[in-house]
Amino acid sequence: MTPFPLYALAGVALVAIGLHGLFACVHLLRRILAVNIIGGGVFLVFGAVAARDPASGPDPVPHAMVITGIVVAVSATAFALVLAWRIHRATGRSTLAEDDPSPGA
Amino acid sequence: MAANPEAAGPTRPEPAPGPAARAGLAVACLALAAGLGRVVLDLPADAAGLAPVVSGRLAESGVDNPVTAVLLNFRGYDTLLETGVLLLALIAVWSLTPAGCWGGVPGPPARRGEPPGGPDPVLRGFVRWLAPVAVLVAVYLLAVGTHQPGGAFQAGTVLAAAAVLLLLAGMARPPATASLWPRLVAVAGFLAFVAAALAGMPGGREFLEYPLGLAGTLIELVETVLTLAIGATLALLVAGVPEPPAAKPPPTGPIKTELPR
Repeated sequence: MTPFPLYALAGVALVAIGLHGLFACVHLLRRILAVNIIGGGVFLVFGAVAARDPASGPDPVPHAMVITGIVVAVSATAFALVLAWRIHRATGRSTLAEDDPSPGA
Repeated sequence: MAANPEAAGPTRPEPAPGPAARAGLAVACLALAAGLGRVVLDLPADAAGLAPVVSGRLAESGVDNPVTAVLLNFRGYDTLLETGVLLLALIAVWSLTPAGCWGGVPGPPARRGEPPGGPDPVLRGFVRWLAPVAVLVAVYLLAVGTHQPGGAFQAGTVLAAAAVLLLLAGMARPPATASLWPRLVAVAGFLAFVAAALAGMPGGREFLEYPLGLAGTLIELVETVLTLAIGATLALLVAGVPEPPAAKPPPTGPIKTELPR
């Protein structure tokens, strides 16, 4: 029994939890956290899938891509947090505005 | 910059989904998890992926750690663009500095460079011990990265964590965003990588094709500069932007301790 199913299914669960949070919550901080949870799940699945054959050892290419992805995710999170802070400063709210049903009105 | 919440115009905040919608969402997400889990577990167990390709040509890469070989040689283009993304994120964060604040020290002016609530003696004592160890760990991760797990990104992250701890403990102040050296350090990683990528081109090689005997040295040089640049950029991203002196009063009455949905 390799640990592959455990890690892969934990990653899948993180993706589902994060997706639920992304749609069920409107507070911007919660949404940013949700996107990060989805990202963590994707990285965990990718890393686990790369190491599912214990005989041949882990595949280094997905592992390198996960390292790249983590840095990009951190950068995007920093940018999202500053955007959320500016939205709060400008509107006094930490949610997005509801879509205007009649543009041009 | 006036805007109290009532005067924010005709737009209303996005409503949170009701209980029925949330239950439907939960069911949909559970179904998605079941499907994804099924697909992941059905993957063939014996696929070696690209591991044989990488190990077959590892000797040409100049390093012994396959992940470092992929990051800085075989798929160096990804990593080069990634350092560019990191730089872009810092530029994007800094470009959201409120009007009139550019160039100052990041943080609110009342306690610029001070931790919220004043310096914590326990945290200060802890950081005094931890920061040197973090630097040591970063140097080790960098040095070991060519033949064991480790490398520039891990080392840079540890450095950034040490810097953030120093900021939180009030033992260091973030540099002013207009000062030159943080910008030089942040750009250095990308520039070093581009220089290494161009190094082989006068000899008739492709972009990012390292000269065979020099690959190991070039990778070590790039990783060293990248470690400093990644650590500085991540710490600067956490430090954020300078904030204006008179931030408008809190928009909605008493401070809520619970984060609304």
